[in-house]
Amino acid sequence: MNIIEVRNVTKEYSNHTALSDVSISVPKGCIFGLLGPNGAGKTSLIRIINQITGPDSGEVLFDGVPLNPGHISRIGYLPEERGLYKKMKVGEQLLYLAQLKGLSQKEAMEKLKTWFIKFDIKTWWDKQVADLSKGMQQKVQFVSTVLHEPDLIILDEPFSGFDPINANLIRDEILELKQKGSTIIFSTHRMETVEELCDHIALIHKSRKVLDGPKREIKEQFKTHTYFVEYKGHLDELDAIYQILDQKVLEDGCLRANIQLDGGSSANALLLNLLPKVEIRAFGENIPTMSDIFMKAVNEVPEA
Amino acid sequence: MRNIYLVLRREYLVRVKKKSFLVMTLLGPLLFVGFYAAVIWVAVGSVDTKTVQVLDESGLFKNEFKDSEALKFEFTTKSLDSAKAEFPAGGANALVYIPANVIKAPKDVRIYAEKNVSMDLKSEIEKVIEKEIEDIKLAEAGITHKILEDSRVNVNSETISLSEGGEKTSSSGAATVIGGICAFLIYMSVFIYGTQVMRGITEEKTSRIVEVIISSVKPFQLMLGKIIGVALVGMTQFVLWILLTTALTSATSAILASNMSKQSAQVAKEMQKTQVPNQALQGNNVDNAVVEVLGAVASLNIPLILGCFLFYYLGGYLLYSALFGAVGAAVDNDADTQQFMLPITLPIIFSFVFAQFVLRDPDGTLAFWTSMIPFTSPIIMMVRIPFGVPAWEIALSMVLLILGFIGTTWIAARIYRVGILMYGKKVSYKELVKWIFYK
Repeated sequence: MNIIEVRNVTKEYSNHTALSDVSISVPKGCIFGLLGPNGAGKTSLIRIINQITGPDSGEVLFDGVPLNPGHISRIGYLPEERGLYKKMKVGEQLLYLAQLKGLSQKEAMEKLKTWFIKFDIKTWWDKQVADLSKGMQQKVQFVSTVLHEPDLIILDEPFSGFDPINANLIRDEILELKQKGSTIIFSTHRMETVEELCDHIALIHKSRKVLDGPKREIKEQFKTHTYFVEYKGHLDELDAIYQILDQKVLEDGCLRANIQLDGGSSANALLLNLLPKVEIRAFGENIPTMSDIFMKAVNEVPEA
Repeated sequence: MRNIYLVLRREYLVRVKKKSFLVMTLLGPLLFVGFYAAVIWVAVGSVDTKTVQVLDESGLFKNEFKDSEALKFEFTTKSLDSAKAEFPAGGANALVYIPANVIKAPKDVRIYAEKNVSMDLKSEIEKVIEKEIEDIKLAEAGITHKILEDSRVNVNSETISLSEGGEKTSSSGAATVIGGICAFLIYMSVFIYGTQVMRGITEEKTSRIVEVIISSVKPFQLMLGKIIGVALVGMTQFVLWILLTTALTSATSAILASNMSKQSAQVAKEMQKTQVPNQALQGNNVDNAVVEVLGAVASLNIPLILGCFLFYYLGGYLLYSALFGAVGAAVDNDADTQQFMLPITLPIIFSFVFAQFVLRDPDGTLAFWTSMIPFTSPIIMMVRIPFGVPAWEIALSMVLLILGFIGTTWIAARIYRVGILMYGKKVSYKELVKWIFYK
């Protein structure tokens, strides 16, 4: 079951196309990475899902139903451009934002209490937002995003502005929210985050979707059939089933080589081939990183 | 609706809780009352009587210098030189020397004083002397003072009836004042609260909270909530001002009144001494004037004026604050608002300028058209209403104003919707027009 179905969405602004014919499915309960270089159209898509703007054509289904104002309270959105009312007290502000998302004052108060205890920020309640540091403000904003326990949480660059300790705290919260059944859409260009957290990804480039699916499958798809070997001894550059792409000498005198294997041969065949020739210390398949995939996918797209 | 309510409640509470609101609310009436008290104080305080010695060699002015609230005249028969010599010790504020041949040489009149005398004193003395000389000269020509007085009164009353016409005479002064005050209040509030709406929106935009808010609230709801919230702040401030001012003025009046009665009792005593019943006469005149003004005010249709004031106040505010809001949404910071402010402020300023002409000719063509156009009608119509305006004109102008603010709100909402998410871009008018027609 998909919580979000984007179907053939196109969005044009006066002098450029933000999205052209984009279709994306976000399965329930996953952490979904929405990737793409700056200006690719990610924010436009997120704004459409949030009903801040509407698509020119195409439609978006939420839980199988076309988006309607009732869905607003089921989405939590942390925009990339963070902001809070500077002159308002933290507590009042969070209450206000929660009420806008449809919570009653009482519900909001109770939920806020647990969060304030959890983050150990009880003393902030009566402070003005302007008196908090940037990181503290981010925390407050994160609380406001997830307070109403939305089914779908959209986080645009959630870790920017956090120190490693707080970033970890937020990461744990995200995982916990997923555990509780929320779906999370990440928009980011920090590949290590994607690598670590995302189950599914979609990549948008120049207003088009160029890639999407479960992270595992995509990695499979981008495998280059190359292996690395650390060994002692000598290997010829060319063999019947492989070719050494590059190799370098390691500090302890061993060599590390990247090997391109023939399409038809298996890793076992390669090992059997190598075993009699050299002493193998380490061996493994080169799995493409998200960063590699990102670069490759983006560079493969022809200039529009 | 719940969202609009939540937004307007926040806008209202945030502003009302501000220190500046409290300060303005308290300071406004204090300033007003202070001003009022100062005016009364100056009026009462001038009872501080100045003594003027008169050395009248001509003997013509024996009964002409009459003691007033502020001036007390003493006649002396000493020679000029001895009078001058004794002057510093005499305690008088000024010494007036009138030579014997004053009729022939009026320029020889001299006023001696330790310091410069005030313009008031100088003109008062000059007036008396001029008048007496004039009278004497007229008498020489065979015209008595009495004939002259009579003719003057006639001329005066004729002027009034010619320029004001008929029964309206009594209320036109009050109508002008009330119309002017209403127009000024609307003018001020449109500016003050319109700019507040604009600031509020720019603040949301620069603090980047707007994206969070409009992911929960429709931009139109946010704009409307803000406009209504600020309107309520304005109303609250007005109501508080009126209450506080009334309380304070009545308190001040009470205090000053008790002061005044003491002083007037003193003055009365002095008057008895000098046996000049001038003051009593003046008092009567003042009483008459008050009665006249009260009568004039009563002759106006107060409920109509009040009702219309509320309507045009709100209508004008809504019309303009929507536009101010659009400007706030279109720009990135306060500094950039200038270029778009002009077309909005021009009609407001124009209507205020037109108001001066309309006050003189409340039924003219200019008055009619400017009180129909929604951009000028809130101010102009309020100027006209105390003078009496046909019901159909008021109705038409109100309908047009309602249509006007629906129109501006619609346009503003379109600009607002696009503008609040536009960052780092200097917008041109062309672009604003484009935004209006976006889907």
